Amino acid sequence: MKAFTYERAKSPAEAAAAVAGREGAKFIAGGTNLLDLMKLEIEAPTHLVDVQDLALDQIEETSDGGLRIGALVSNTALAAHPKVRKDYAVLTRAIVAGASGQLRNKATTAGNLLQRTRCPYFYDPNLPCNKRVPNSGCAAAEGFSRQLAVVGTSDKCIATYPGDMAIAMRVLDAVVETVTPDGKTRTIPMAEFHRLPGDKPWLDNTLGKGELIVSVRLPAPVGGQHFYQKVRDRRSYAFALVSVAAILNDDGTGRVAFGGVAHKPWRVEAAEALLPQGAGAVVAKAFEGASPTEHNKYKITLAERTLAGVIAEARS
Amino acid sequence: MPSIPTPPITRRGVLVAGAASAAVTTVPAAAQGPAKAPKSTPVPVKLSVNGKEVELELDTRTTLLDTLREHLKLTGTKKGCDHGQCGACTVMVNGTRVNSCLSLAVMHQGDEVTTIEGLGSADDMHPMQEAFVKHDGYQCGYCTPGQICSAVAVLKEIEAGVPSHVTDDLTGPMPMTRAEMTERMSGNICRCGAYSNIFDAMAEVGGAKA
Repeated sequence: MKAFTYERAKSPAEAAAAVAGREGAKFIAGGTNLLDLMKLEIEAPTHLVDVQDLALDQIEETSDGGLRIGALVSNTALAAHPKVRKDYAVLTRAIVAGASGQLRNKATTAGNLLQRTRCPYFYDPNLPCNKRVPNSGCAAAEGFSRQLAVVGTSDKCIATYPGDMAIAMRVLDAVVETVTPDGKTRTIPMAEFHRLPGDKPWLDNTLGKGELIVSVRLPAPVGGQHFYQKVRDRRSYAFALVSVAAILNDDGTGRVAFGGVAHKPWRVEAAEALLPQGAGAVVAKAFEGASPTEHNKYKITLAERTLAGVIAEARS
Repeated sequence: MPSIPTPPITRRGVLVAGAASAAVTTVPAAAQGPAKAPKSTPVPVKLSVNGKEVELELDTRTTLLDTLREHLKLTGTKKGCDHGQCGACTVMVNGTRVNSCLSLAVMHQGDEVTTIEGLGSADDMHPMQEAFVKHDGYQCGYCTPGQICSAVAVLKEIEAGVPSHVTDDLTGPMPMTRAEMTERMSGNICRCGAYSNIFDAMAEVGGAKA
């Protein structure tokens, strides 16, 4: 690990200014992903701004009947919150499908959104990766791509966004609330928070330099049956090959987002409008224009079958 | 720095000395990195470990795991993968289980840390330690301190009603079942494969229904 200096910020604006004003500075909260990457020197911040004292660890009800989740609420606390379990079950199901108990205790809501891809080529400094070293090339494109993205990819990157929580937040129309280094606040719909790789795959999201997530807001509950179905290589503690976050209504309509298939939570509203026609129609529309590799084209079939299973469960 | 053990050479002595010398050599290596990288400066860290207040001067890079093992000589907590994948380093911080390898000591000012040494001793074992012995919940023993710390925390998490991936009813009471225990222990890997005996030990202590 490279040496770094360290400070504990006293307010969100102070934290944002501290990171914005210093080259090589980064926020640290739970640290479960950042420290892993620092040990491998994939991340090498020269200064860490610890945000743990910022009192952003509360979950409160909003005036419109929704919830505001503090950036520092642990994954465990969010999954266990009574109102989340009752009214936003897809979120609880998604969180407990990810990582291990130890990691969920430490990982934060904001940190989970900011976790980096687990593409094996991103993790291997001996091979080119545009996400790790801009414009160095993509070893994954011609490499072992079984776990990687099938849709929304570019010729520069086929990495996936690896998380589960954000897939549920996308289906819930969550909004990310931030503080910018000049002390102003900004809101970013989850749909626009993570970005596609395009020509700049080293950018995972649309945050500016030093912009700090302070909370995530959930709109009022939408009812329906909530599902998070994750398919992975082992029964627990593994990243998704494909996951389906769905809220299904009795009349056959609903919402659906897919995880493990793209550089961001993959929700196509025009596709979910086809839910009454069944999983085949939804997946055909959602994965229109997909460009899978020989290794990962199975994911589209798997997405359809996983969604079909969820729909069958909702009807049973 | 704590003193490095001198001969007679033991397996543990070699391992400790190897780890300590590796830690020393990383400092000049980092200093030769990019010009903008700061030099290592020790920072004061105060925390409570197994009920005892400790004050240390540590490089900012020092993980909680290395603090316990290399600086406090509490070698019960084990370093397996050092990347949060195996769970051998599991300890309790303020009553919650975490991977001590993925946490910086400097971020734990004032925190209360409980390691396997704080749970019990050979003469006064924690009920979970007794159950592991009774049910033969280990073979080589390397993952065992992490397994036991995790197992103790898992039973508390079930009692507290924290849901898991296998919980059927998210709004009902949390069942103390083997299925709940096994799912919640997935962050602790045992390469000897003592899993079924570990779950027997947990089932006995937790009073599993099924």
